Amino acid sequence: MTNRMVTIDGNEAAAYVAYKTNEVIAIYPITPSSPMGESSDEWAAKGQKNIWGMTPIVRELQSEGGAAGTVHGSLQTGALTTTFTASQGLLLMIPNMFKIAGEQTSTVFHIAARSVATHALSIFGDHSDVMATRSTGWGMLFSNSIQEVMDFALIAQAATLESRVPFIHAFDGFRTSHEVMKIEELTDEQIRAMIDEEFVRAHRQRALTPDRPVMRGTAQNPDVFFQSRERANSFYAVTPEIVERVMNKFAAVSGRQYRLFDYVGAPDAERVIVMMGSGCEAAEETVNALTAAGEKVGLLKVRLYRPFSVEHFVAALPTSVKSIAVLDRTKEPGAAGEPLYQDVITAIAETWHGRPASNGQAQEARATARITGGRYGLGSKEFTPAMVKSVFDEMLNDNPKNHFSVGIVDDVTHGSLPFDANFTTEAGDQVRALFWGLGADGTVSANKNSIKIIGEETPNFAQGYFVYDSKKSGAMTVSHLRFGPKPIQSTYLIQRANFIAVHQFNFFERYQILDAAQEGATLLINSPYEANEVWAQLPAPVQAAIVAKKIKVYSINAYAVAKQNQLGNRTNTIMQTCFFAISGVIPRDEAIVKIKDSIRKTYGKRGEPVVRQNFAAVDAALEHLHEIEVPSPDRGERGADAVLPATQATTTPHANADMPDFVRDVTMEILSGRGDHLPVSAFPIDGTYPVATAQWEKRNIAQEVPVWEPDLCIECGKCMLVCPHATIRAKVCKHEDLANAPAGFKTMPAKWRELPDHLYTIQVAVEDCTGCQLCVEVCPAKDKSNVSRKALNMAPQLPLRDSERVNWDYFLKLPEIHRNGNLTFKNIKDIQLLQPLFEFSGACSGCGETPYIKLMTQLFGDRAIIANATGCSSIYGGNLPTTPYTINPQGRGPAWSNSLFEDNAEFGLGMRLSFDHQQAYARNLVERFRDTLGDELADGLLNSNQETQEGINAVRDLVSELKEKLDSSLRGGLPPASSGSSPTLNGHDRTVVSAAQDLLGIADSLVKKSVWIIGGDGWAYDIGYGGLDHVLASGQDVNILVLDTEVYSNTGGQASKATSLGAVAKFAAGGKPTIKKDLGMTAMRYGNVYIAQIAMGANDVQTVKAFLEAEAHPGPSLIIAYSQCIAHGIDMAKGMHQQKLAVDSGHWPLYRFNPALESEGKNPFQLDSKDPKIPLQDYIYTEGRYRMLQRSDPEAAKALLTQAQASVNHRWEQYKKLAANPAT
Amino acid sequence: MSLSTNYLGLVLKNPIVASSSPLSHTVESIQRLEDAGASAVVMYSLFEEQITFNSYYVDHYLRNNTNSYAEALNYFPEMDAYNVWPDEYLNLIRRAKEVVDIPIIGSLNGVSIGGWTNYAGLIEDAGADALELNVYYVPTNVEMTGREIEDMYLDMLRQVKRSVTIPVAMKLSPFFSSISNMSKRLVAEGADGLVLFNRFYQPDFDLENLAVAPRLVLSNSNELRLPLRWVAILYGRVMADFAITTGIHTSEDVLKGLMAGAKATMMASELLQNGVRRIKEVLREIEVWMDEHEYQSVAQMIGSMSQQHCAEPAAFERANYMRTLDSFQPIN
Repeated sequence: MTNRMVTIDGNEAAAYVAYKTNEVIAIYPITPSSPMGESSDEWAAKGQKNIWGMTPIVRELQSEGGAAGTVHGSLQTGALTTTFTASQGLLLMIPNMFKIAGEQTSTVFHIAARSVATHALSIFGDHSDVMATRSTGWGMLFSNSIQEVMDFALIAQAATLESRVPFIHAFDGFRTSHEVMKIEELTDEQIRAMIDEEFVRAHRQRALTPDRPVMRGTAQNPDVFFQSRERANSFYAVTPEIVERVMNKFAAVSGRQYRLFDYVGAPDAERVIVMMGSGCEAAEETVNALTAAGEKVGLLKVRLYRPFSVEHFVAALPTSVKSIAVLDRTKEPGAAGEPLYQDVITAIAETWHGRPASNGQAQEARATARITGGRYGLGSKEFTPAMVKSVFDEMLNDNPKNHFSVGIVDDVTHGSLPFDANFTTEAGDQVRALFWGLGADGTVSANKNSIKIIGEETPNFAQGYFVYDSKKSGAMTVSHLRFGPKPIQSTYLIQRANFIAVHQFNFFERYQILDAAQEGATLLINSPYEANEVWAQLPAPVQAAIVAKKIKVYSINAYAVAKQNQLGNRTNTIMQTCFFAISGVIPRDEAIVKIKDSIRKTYGKRGEPVVRQNFAAVDAALEHLHEIEVPSPDRGERGADAVLPATQATTTPHANADMPDFVRDVTMEILSGRGDHLPVSAFPIDGTYPVATAQWEKRNIAQEVPVWEPDLCIECGKCMLVCPHATIRAKVCKHEDLANAPAGFKTMPAKWRELPDHLYTIQVAVEDCTGCQLCVEVCPAKDKSNVSRKALNMAPQLPLRDSERVNWDYFLKLPEIHRNGNLTFKNIKDIQLLQPLFEFSGACSGCGETPYIKLMTQLFGDRAIIANATGCSSIYGGNLPTTPYTINPQGRGPAWSNSLFEDNAEFGLGMRLSFDHQQAYARNLVERFRDTLGDELADGLLNSNQETQEGINAVRDLVSELKEKLDSSLRGGLPPASSGSSPTLNGHDRTVVSAAQDLLGIADSLVKKSVWIIGGDGWAYDIGYGGLDHVLASGQDVNILVLDTEVYSNTGGQASKATSLGAVAKFAAGGKPTIKKDLGMTAMRYGNVYIAQIAMGANDVQTVKAFLEAEAHPGPSLIIAYSQCIAHGIDMAKGMHQQKLAVDSGHWPLYRFNPALESEGKNPFQLDSKDPKIPLQDYIYTEGRYRMLQRSDPEAAKALLTQAQASVNHRWEQYKKLAANPAT
Repeated sequence: MSLSTNYLGLVLKNPIVASSSPLSHTVESIQRLEDAGASAVVMYSLFEEQITFNSYYVDHYLRNNTNSYAEALNYFPEMDAYNVWPDEYLNLIRRAKEVVDIPIIGSLNGVSIGGWTNYAGLIEDAGADALELNVYYVPTNVEMTGREIEDMYLDMLRQVKRSVTIPVAMKLSPFFSSISNMSKRLVAEGADGLVLFNRFYQPDFDLENLAVAPRLVLSNSNELRLPLRWVAILYGRVMADFAITTGIHTSEDVLKGLMAGAKATMMASELLQNGVRRIKEVLREIEVWMDEHEYQSVAQMIGSMSQQHCAEPAAFERANYMRTLDSFQPIN
């Protein structure tokens, strides 16, 4: 029987086998492993079966710790059970992993191996997570390619059942988990052939059951623990043989033979690399190229890393080996070497240490081989044949580097190997295609589709890998596609492309796109220009490269074609058709048929209209595709015209004089796509980065931007309040401030009684705006003669760009408003004159979270410290290259940090405790230095009221005075200590100086600090809830802001306990069957916690009150903020309207619970929204997350709606009763 | 006494047909209509836009923001099937046909040539006894001529007729330069029946928010006049079965409609306002009236007051206009 060829990614390959061979699957989202859980959940929702004809139970837990506990329990009661995870998630499973292994329990965890956060978080791949579990006693199998992922998932399952050693099945995050590859799918028969039912029954037989009760998990004393721990040895001793046997059986079943250690290369190799993971593929490709050239090199691929079989390892090494380089994809600072290196050293030493050469023969080479170790590929750093070659080259040196790194330039400790970036082993008979696109234009989707077409419809092998940038809106994508008649092992980005497509014309201005083009390549451009204008519009360096490399150029105005076919900005099908039409991978006509077949397959279930629309796009594409004539340099005099005068200079982001050094030297390099070339010395030693950097990143992603019409504006400030990116701002200035305003800079009289004779201006940062339109949607001011014209209207960005850039720069230089008591800053209009200290984040266009954060920074940002849970807010808040947190003219602004996902409340509490202690110490020292400071200053510092901003400003002034006084005392001689307060009475004592220096260092802590603990619902309701609850109970003065999107937004919309009943989310593919947790009500039981449930779009006044009251509350405060999200399936421009519907329907009641009122004898609970005025369905069916269920399972949707409405009614009645309570 | 009539080749037990409305949203409701005495049910309209919208909607949200960001390559689980096709509608017809004996008339509402004619075939396959084609087109394009608009209607009818064998009635709006000629052309193109008239739901203004707001207003008996006149004019001139669908509220309305030439009179607003039991009451009143006026069957009265048959044909024309104006006495 022939196996089906499928074109899938590594996650799907692993999940496929895991699903088929398990009965219970516990899941929790974490990048890059989430898709394994998502697939399992979807398959279960559709009722797909495992090999026993049953649908596995798939359950989401509240954390990876929870998932591991559930797996443990399920295993202990006899079900075949699995889970998927990565990185920190795997670390949270470690305690249970020790237990599972200690109890000799069969299971496989599938791990998309990812970096563990250290100086920074990285979602990308290396082995630091799996290496952190080495001591748990789990078997470890590493897959190197997508085919191996599917195969090893099964081999691991078979091996664990027989060996009773649990297995980690690891493959490289992103490089393997997300790479799409054509592979052979295992059949159910093959899977059944590998799973021995005897072992399955034995597993079940070991289950805990009251029918034959035993106890497992005792506590043991020193007398017996050690011995019983050693009982495990026999299992580990036989496991390598078991795995070997299973691999042989697998070879018989599938035809693919694997060994514990697979050697490839010259049989008489003298230089051998030992490594594991996807890097092996690139290394093997290099070894093949080098051996073909006569070099004696080889590669030993480690498959079974634990239990490590010294015997098998040594046997697999060629006897001729003289030099071994062990490559680890992890870093263990302070260790004698990285783990695999140490294992290899141990294996070689154990085998030959003290053993004499036999029979007078020389000791064989392996025994005396020189062993070096090195690191590569951390955090998915590229690992290329050039790097492999450099490792082999280094081995030729008499004194090769040990503990080296490869792939970077280490100019600090000089441990890196140089490599020749031009060395390449890419095959000659391959199509290598690079596609530069935007996330929004569907480039990646189209390419995934193309790979499927080529992979599944032709004999070609196919590979796809996709690179995304760090932004959620306007993100650039680069697709790397390889096709060819031979299997593809190139686990690295395309270096020499013979086809390049540029789906956004302006990319030519920003990136060195043609660097990767090989001679004679084909270039396809989506151009807004007519075919006869395209050449002239290309930047001169691009023209030069085209001529020099003899590149064939084609162009199409795909946006125009899309528009004609009602496809909006979706150019994916059009560009895909053009690719097939000119790349020659498949004959054109045949390709068109296949594209259409594929469209029907992909879109058929979404309905005929969508299919027809895409068919029309295919047909239209070919009519508008043109070859562009490239002037030839060989045409005599005309050759001089080959490269026309530059029509547009290449505008790669470049430094300007205003930039701080770090921004110029590091940030801008990263922005320009040259981050790989930055040396080690460029980076901070401890992960500390400057703020105020997003301002330098002018992304120009909005097609349209708001334009202000002063004649209509009522100066309400709502537009600025809702702006997710702080790109629309207002200032109030005196006439004289505006004396040199640029022409076209708009103002109007300011409508503040307190600010007579001032001018008001609104300015848009058009280069930072994402074009979300929230501001225009909320603008209440309409033209009486033309109601479609508001005080803000969208207009094309390009014609405005230059003039508005000038206006924006001018606007920034206008003075910021003083908080000097003129205005109260308690209403939106006032507050929106305050500088946002959070600007231009990479959040999604129309994000519902960021307006709340921005508001917080306007109110308290100059004295705020933020503990940020991992999630969307940590990514748009702190993903390099830039950060949106910024500073005011005095240099103050929010300080920000992210610890983990699960511990954010505790992290923030720690900040509070630290500040409190520093303040107490500072107060103590102020008292001790009272004589030096004077009573007036000391009393001012100790007793000033800091409840208002004026009070805080006053204390700031006093702190400055303190610093000046202390500083001058220290400079003018040692300060006298106040009597009785100093440990010595000697005014010149060293301890006094030390105390004075201490006070200088911590004097700023005398100014009230505002601690903000920010995170999403995944954190607050699920993984971090235990800590959150504890911090609420602590009574400490922290402010907790929960940005409730009702799903795990950052990882792609998985259900959390905040997800509403009836909503479709990942991990709740059949609609969430349980109600949303009432977090506010749960917290209310403590009595001393300030709680507000808010929705800016429904009641912005209440939102502002909540922030002010929460911050003023001296204990813990909890603000739960409704935040619209792209995972809701809404038109993001209507985000604020959706908030209103949520409140109007009773889904999201607005309330405040203020303990302060209780002490005044009032009811602390105040409902801020009115009785629901629309039925729940009028809200929820305006959102895709609910409609999706209506479309996929109308009966279930109807039933869940009924329950949901009942739940809304019930909760509302409860709230009303609570609000109606008389004063207590 | 026979109330029976023959519309689109279907034998109806009486002339009261439940017009396209939310009353046909469920099998139970259709059953209630039958129990109340309705002789046929025109299903609620399957809107072309609804099908297209559902399809685009599902596609949009499954596709939107996908493959843009490494951590979240998509945001919704992909299921095996989505109810974007008119499955629900077709199932309803199927189930209704199983439980009721009266004819079920499918209703398609659309404007564009092309795919949606497929749905006509699907409606036939689901068991509908006839099809009502409702072309709701608002010609806002100032370049478009009346002739082009008429041709569009005809093209659509032609396509649908090609794809079904059940009778097809065309529901018309009164906004044609020549309703007579248009009717003739439609019948020549194969229309088995003409349903007069479609009510355009006119948008309203929300003065508070300065926004255009949709507002549904139910019909009243006064609105019967327009279709009554045109059925009376066309009866005998254009060889199709007529139905009146606007302003039928009382037994008198039904009787007038029949006498003008309609073979069926369709009720919706009345039933929505006062309940489906009104059919029974109206039927009883008709019987009483027929009895009092010694009619044996409704067949006797169909077209009896059409322009061709009435004593004063001019009453339907311009002269009557003047008379009507003259009859108006201003209040002093």
